[in-house]
Amino acid sequence: MSEGETIIIKGGRVVDPGQNLDMTADVVLADGVVKGIYGRRRTRESGTVIDATGLVVSPGFIDLHCHLREPGFEYKETIASGTLAAARGGFTAVCAMPNTNPVMDSRAGVDFVLERARSEGFVKVMAIGAVTRGSLGKQLSDMGELAQAGVVGFSDDGHPVSDDNLMRQALSYSTSLGLPIINHCEALDLSDGGDMNEGWVSNRLGLKGISNSAEEAMVARDILLAETTGGRLHIAHASTAGTVEMVRRAKERGLSVTCEATPHHLTLGHEAVLGHRGDGGQFSPLTLAAYETNAKVAPPLRSQEDVGALVRGLADGTVDFIATDHAPHATTEKVSTFSEAVNGISVLETALGSLMTLVHEGNLPLPVLIERLTAAPANFLGVGLGSLKTGGPADVTIFDPNAEWVVDSTKFVSKGKNTPLDGAKLKGRVVATIVGGAVRYDARESGSAG
Amino acid sequence: MSRTILEPDEIRRALTRVAHEVLERNGGADGLVLIGLHTRGVPLARRLENLIEQFERSSTPVGELDIGFYRDDISLARRPMKPTDIPVSIEGRVVVLVDDVLFTGRTIRAAMDALNDFGRPKEIHLAVLVDRGHRQLPIRPDYVGKNVPTSLDEDVQVMLSEIDGADEVRLSSGEQV
Amino acid sequence: MTQARPVEEDSDLAQANSPTLSRRHHILDLDDFTRDEITEVLDNTAAMAGVLKRDIRKVPALRGKTVITLFHEASTRTRVSFEQAGKVLSADVINVTGSGTSVEKGESLYNTALTLQAMNADIIVVRHPDAGAPHFLARHLNSSVINAGDGTHAHPTQALLDLYTLRSRLGRLEGLKVAIVGDILHSRVARSNLWGLTAVGAKVVLCGPPTLMPIDLVNGERTAEGHPFAAIRTETSVERAIEGADAVMVLRIQSERQRGGFLPSLREYSRMYGINAKRMELAKPEALVMHPGPMNEGVEIDSEVAHGPRSVIEEQVANGVAVRMALMFGIITPALVPARSRN
Repeated sequence: MSEGETIIIKGGRVVDPGQNLDMTADVVLADGVVKGIYGRRRTRESGTVIDATGLVVSPGFIDLHCHLREPGFEYKETIASGTLAAARGGFTAVCAMPNTNPVMDSRAGVDFVLERARSEGFVKVMAIGAVTRGSLGKQLSDMGELAQAGVVGFSDDGHPVSDDNLMRQALSYSTSLGLPIINHCEALDLSDGGDMNEGWVSNRLGLKGISNSAEEAMVARDILLAETTGGRLHIAHASTAGTVEMVRRAKERGLSVTCEATPHHLTLGHEAVLGHRGDGGQFSPLTLAAYETNAKVAPPLRSQEDVGALVRGLADGTVDFIATDHAPHATTEKVSTFSEAVNGISVLETALGSLMTLVHEGNLPLPVLIERLTAAPANFLGVGLGSLKTGGPADVTIFDPNAEWVVDSTKFVSKGKNTPLDGAKLKGRVVATIVGGAVRYDARESGSAG
Repeated sequence: MSRTILEPDEIRRALTRVAHEVLERNGGADGLVLIGLHTRGVPLARRLENLIEQFERSSTPVGELDIGFYRDDISLARRPMKPTDIPVSIEGRVVVLVDDVLFTGRTIRAAMDALNDFGRPKEIHLAVLVDRGHRQLPIRPDYVGKNVPTSLDEDVQVMLSEIDGADEVRLSSGEQV
Repeated sequence: MTQARPVEEDSDLAQANSPTLSRRHHILDLDDFTRDEITEVLDNTAAMAGVLKRDIRKVPALRGKTVITLFHEASTRTRVSFEQAGKVLSADVINVTGSGTSVEKGESLYNTALTLQAMNADIIVVRHPDAGAPHFLARHLNSSVINAGDGTHAHPTQALLDLYTLRSRLGRLEGLKVAIVGDILHSRVARSNLWGLTAVGAKVVLCGPPTLMPIDLVNGERTAEGHPFAAIRTETSVERAIEGADAVMVLRIQSERQRGGFLPSLREYSRMYGINAKRMELAKPEALVMHPGPMNEGVEIDSEVAHGPRSVIEEQVANGVAVRMALMFGIITPALVPARSRN
């Protein structure tokens, strides 16, 4: 279906937190924008009708943290396959992290990705530029040039900005550009050699652990530097209760500190490395499913206390929004011992399903979940996305909040099949994703994109 | 459905006869060693030794052998290993293997293999309390307590007071065990 | 439909319970061994020890079976122990040492596994620096896998030979007070012994410097209500740990720990935690001194104690062969060969 066409999404539960809407209504899209949301009035437009009875209609999800791997690691993912996966997951816009090869630390790198996305991408793609050249942590990249190329923020993700002084300079310099520094907070001296969260599971498995303090030590540092410089600090993939608490206090003091959490950190704990899904106590014998490499991720999956704190933080807004940190890898890179395996989970296609667990278990109201996937990241980026207001871009996600399905990673459109949720039963599934008025994913056509 | 085929007295008489046969064939107790196969061959071997001592007034060495390592059917479930203890050298001696039931002959074959690792006896004889037939190997007993023809779906159970509290041999048929 | 009954030659088998070990396909750790199963292994070890005392130390039990030892960590002692165990049982033993070479060539464990699969081994004995490597092989191969030590996770055969040594010297296991002293955090021997000793009802005291103690054992994260591990004591004072002990298991201190900042120096460790004759006086008079080897004499253990009357360290090595024989014999074939009807 082409962009200019008229689409009438009929009878769904329209939830648009940006406009404080939660009602049964029809949504009409035309010429690539939202024409209007109609409650009782019968629409007179003619066009393609999508029957959304029993479904939720929301603004398209926005993912601020996504690894598309192209250029340089096309064997793991390409912009095409990654954005197709995004569409399948209900995301209409993603931000591409710069740890490609070469790293996106120059205008040329950014232009390549954005151009590629325009010609081959299925959803909107924004770029995040590297903080330092090559993300080597030694010298700032030409952040001004990157800003002019259109990046929405800076990150060396995959690596922390370890040098205290360089982080301070980055935050300071970024104030002239009004763009955030997104830091992967990990004190490398503390995390060195560690493979998973430090706790009873790592002890059980005989693996070296990464303690919460490895993240929190750098979060503390970054918050202090943000205060000193006035820069915008954003904590990538927060994983610990301590991080949430520090961000909460920083916000109370009025500092420009925000953070995000991933679907996996919000729903899975370090028990996932044991392979069985939560059954069996602390001292159950290990099964052959133990040392689950698909649960190996940076930062690691943490304790149930940390997961609980993140969920509460998401509910009360301390955790500003959800970002997937979609990290696809080739299967061979995960078929290995735990220590040999690379970090990363392929998230886009299971994000909604796993996040809906929080809604179904009563820990997060549905409109709040949608807000954290749409309006909140949009506000952070300062782009006019994330809502269904009239005249705005026709980026819409239609999903069934109650559809039960079993995750089958072989059916992923992402090249990355690395998920600890393979075989898991989830409740909540994307039915259709519309980007700029064009249907990019339609589950009823077995996932074909427009 | 099961019935007794040997009462305690019958067992006693059979063993007495076997002991006499052994002594008759061997011309006395010299150079003999009795080796019982675990589990119930062992108390039977000791009883034979007692009888021989009664008759000849001289003691005969008794050993015990677990053939677990030498079975040709490792695929079947095994019981925990029992000790193998052969107190004298078997080199040049007449070894009398003692077992409770002779059936396919595979246990005895394994026992002879085991004996090989201990030395080269002059002769090996076989004494069994019950021979139930159905040999699968060319093995024959030298001394038999009782011949009991059986069908393959029947079971012979030997009980001895040293292990089971009382002496009895039972024959059961059908889906036993 | 009647199924042909396998003809049971041995009347004992008809009456005995099927031992649990033969239902096991792998030996990865002791975390799922019951007390009965451990007892069974130790009983079978005694029988194997009997074989090792014979003039002809060979039995045909594993004749025609292939055992591959895959050692990605240098270890003469353990590898030779497994090799001897396999050979006494008449297995064909093939040694594949991966320390250095495969890693240098960049061959992943998965590729090694594919090669091993082609060799169709019955048993693969694996020692690897990565925790979970045996589990990985067990997932991808049909062979039985015996863990000879994976990273800092587990070393089940060592724990079993330690239990056998304790039982054969002290006559019992239940209620024994065993002190394990050293680098607990990095010790697979300590971890496997924890499972084994608690399963048989022994009381365990873990002792070492705080930097070398697993954090969850120290801060009490692990104590589930009523679980045997809840009774494990941790001590930073070696004198308190050894007091009244029936056995002291001394763990090796590696020099890397000093470089990694876990210890100020080996000399300090020796002064604070070294097992010497004076400290051993605090234990019971008949207390045993054990060590998985190789020893750093003068660091974690004094030579006088290591070679003294209470030391059973050499016996442990000898018992190792018997234990490994019992395990190999125990897991061979039931899972691989379908029972054949003999009618």
